[in-house]
Amino acid sequence: MLEIKNLHVKLEAEDKAILKGVDLVIEPGTVHAIMGPNGSGKSTLSYVLSGRDGYAVTDGSATLEGEDILDMEPEERAAAGLFLAFQYPVEIPGVGNMTFLRTAVNAQRKARGQEEMSAADFLKVIREKAKTLQIDADMLKRPVNVGFSGGEKKRNEILQMAMLEPKMCILDETDSGLDVDAMKLVSDGVNALRDAGRSFLVITHYQRLLDHIKPDVVHIMADGRIIKSGGPELALEVEQNGYADLLAEAEAV
Amino acid sequence: MARAELKQEATEARIATLDLPAGGKWATSVRTDALARLRAMGLPARRDEYWRYTRPETLTQAEAPAAALFDSKEPQVFESVDRLRVVFVDGVFDPAASDDLTLAGVEIERLETAAKADIHWAKDLYGVLEARGQKPVDRPLAAFNSAYATDGVLIRVTGAASKPISLIYTHKSETSDAILHHVVKLEKGAELTLLENGPAAARFNKVLEVEVADGARFHHIRAQGRDHERRAATHIFARLGAESQFKSFTLTVNGVLTRNEAVIEMTGDDAVAHIAGAAMGDGAFHHDDTVFVTHDALRCESRQVFKKVLRNGAVGVFQGKILVKEGAQKTDGYQISQSLLLDGDSQFLAKPELEIYADDVACSHGSTSGAIDMDALYYLRSRGVPKKEATDLLVLSFLAEAVEEIEDEGLRDEIVSRLTGWLARRGG
Repeated sequence: MLEIKNLHVKLEAEDKAILKGVDLVIEPGTVHAIMGPNGSGKSTLSYVLSGRDGYAVTDGSATLEGEDILDMEPEERAAAGLFLAFQYPVEIPGVGNMTFLRTAVNAQRKARGQEEMSAADFLKVIREKAKTLQIDADMLKRPVNVGFSGGEKKRNEILQMAMLEPKMCILDETDSGLDVDAMKLVSDGVNALRDAGRSFLVITHYQRLLDHIKPDVVHIMADGRIIKSGGPELALEVEQNGYADLLAEAEAV
Repeated sequence: MARAELKQEATEARIATLDLPAGGKWATSVRTDALARLRAMGLPARRDEYWRYTRPETLTQAEAPAAALFDSKEPQVFESVDRLRVVFVDGVFDPAASDDLTLAGVEIERLETAAKADIHWAKDLYGVLEARGQKPVDRPLAAFNSAYATDGVLIRVTGAASKPISLIYTHKSETSDAILHHVVKLEKGAELTLLENGPAAARFNKVLEVEVADGARFHHIRAQGRDHERRAATHIFARLGAESQFKSFTLTVNGVLTRNEAVIEMTGDDAVAHIAGAAMGDGAFHHDDTVFVTHDALRCESRQVFKKVLRNGAVGVFQGKILVKEGAQKTDGYQISQSLLLDGDSQFLAKPELEIYADDVACSHGSTSGAIDMDALYYLRSRGVPKKEATDLLVLSFLAEAVEEIEDEGLRDEIVSRLTGWLARRGG
């Protein structure tokens, strides 16, 4: 599904290298998690993949189903099936949540040469999906993320994901700012979307999210590289011992 | 020659070829008074404090600069709204194109006709609210208008009007110089929605005087557009009674020079005045909102919300003031003026002012200029919305606070459809 090879990225403004050779292959239908200390480059990876300005790829490649995505505009990557659930969803006053979502769904359909979804069909689908995420009619009407609580913003991200039906979902610290109940709700939303044709890359600091969204593979990222990969037990190890041992181990290699 | 003399000379030169319109006693009296006011202050000149950001020459010179007619197949705004149409062509009332001027609870008269009478209710308002609005800031183009306006409507509302009155302006001559003066009097508890739209003339000078009596409600929605070479100077003068409401929204697109002044005086306790504007300019566009709100009663609320989107060298001006007089306690005053500059060539000039003589008031003002929020743009694009569409959405988002001042949902949708249409016609 997603194949990242030797990816080197620097911050344009500061000419500072952030990613220093990331290699990652995510098979269709699998859930991968990335953990790592602050400043290791986890969020940068998600931004670079989704096409945020301000980063320069100096080496390496990233392909989605064999297609090079790094030269695409953000909207083209989205239409190709990539989705990033933001750590800090952006507030957009004056644009209704529903209007925004319908614009996005239809823009993607148009880009893929599909017919636009009618207002009636859209309404039917969104109501159903919103219900399972406990998003009420009022939240759908309100301006995008304006006045939403932390938990509401994250649920809204998952609703967007459910509506857009991407193939490759990247979740950037979706658990940050969530209480136990909200985390359960969001995780259920994500789990409902798991299927053989869809892959996930879950970026998190904490193992507890991975109790709800069970990963197939866990990667540890440090200083712009993936230093270790393993099964779900790797996340438990980090939870118990912190990163120190893993970092020391990587240094020694 | 001293500045004052130069001004006087320019003013005399402007009015030399004009005659005060003929009329009955009341009209002659108010027009003569207005002419005296004009002569005393003189037409605006470039170095006047309130004309520092907008050059007045083309508004004051004898000949109106020619303006091309705008030919569009597009339906006009408010077309789908059930309303009473009052049509003016190049500043002259057109009875054939207008509806029958009858509406329950409302008296509508053409100024040209009413001016022939010797006595008229309008005598207490025509030029009177304008004259009150001349202090502390001179508004000579409004005095000029009161003296020389040849046409307009006088509207007296005694109940709740069953549908909006819609003033529709049509521009047919490339050199027309139109002067219109409207007066609206809302009696106690009355309610009216007034709509205005359409290109009026090559050059347009318009005054609207509104008296909102105790408990009355006035809604005003205006769309200025469709004429790229428009030059317009408009004034609204309003006086508000106790527990009355005044809400005015203006959409401005296109036009080389538009100056909209609003002077609102709150004289009754617990009155509410909201005045808002959304402007979008591309290229040769200069738009000036000059607003003055006076609080002279207890517990009144005023809001000024002005938003401008500027690109390709367009210029936006905002001069807004809240004056809270002594004793106007518990005043709630709010003023915001913001511009979204879509490129480095465009300019926004703002002069927000507060002057407060009461000690128990809440007044806030803010003025900002900014570019498109790159984080928001990225967010929208990451959801698959192309850059141009995403930018347009953010422009609408920026204007929303002003547009939301329109209470009626149907009318608000009309305005939003204009905004989206204007944006869609432009490239990225």
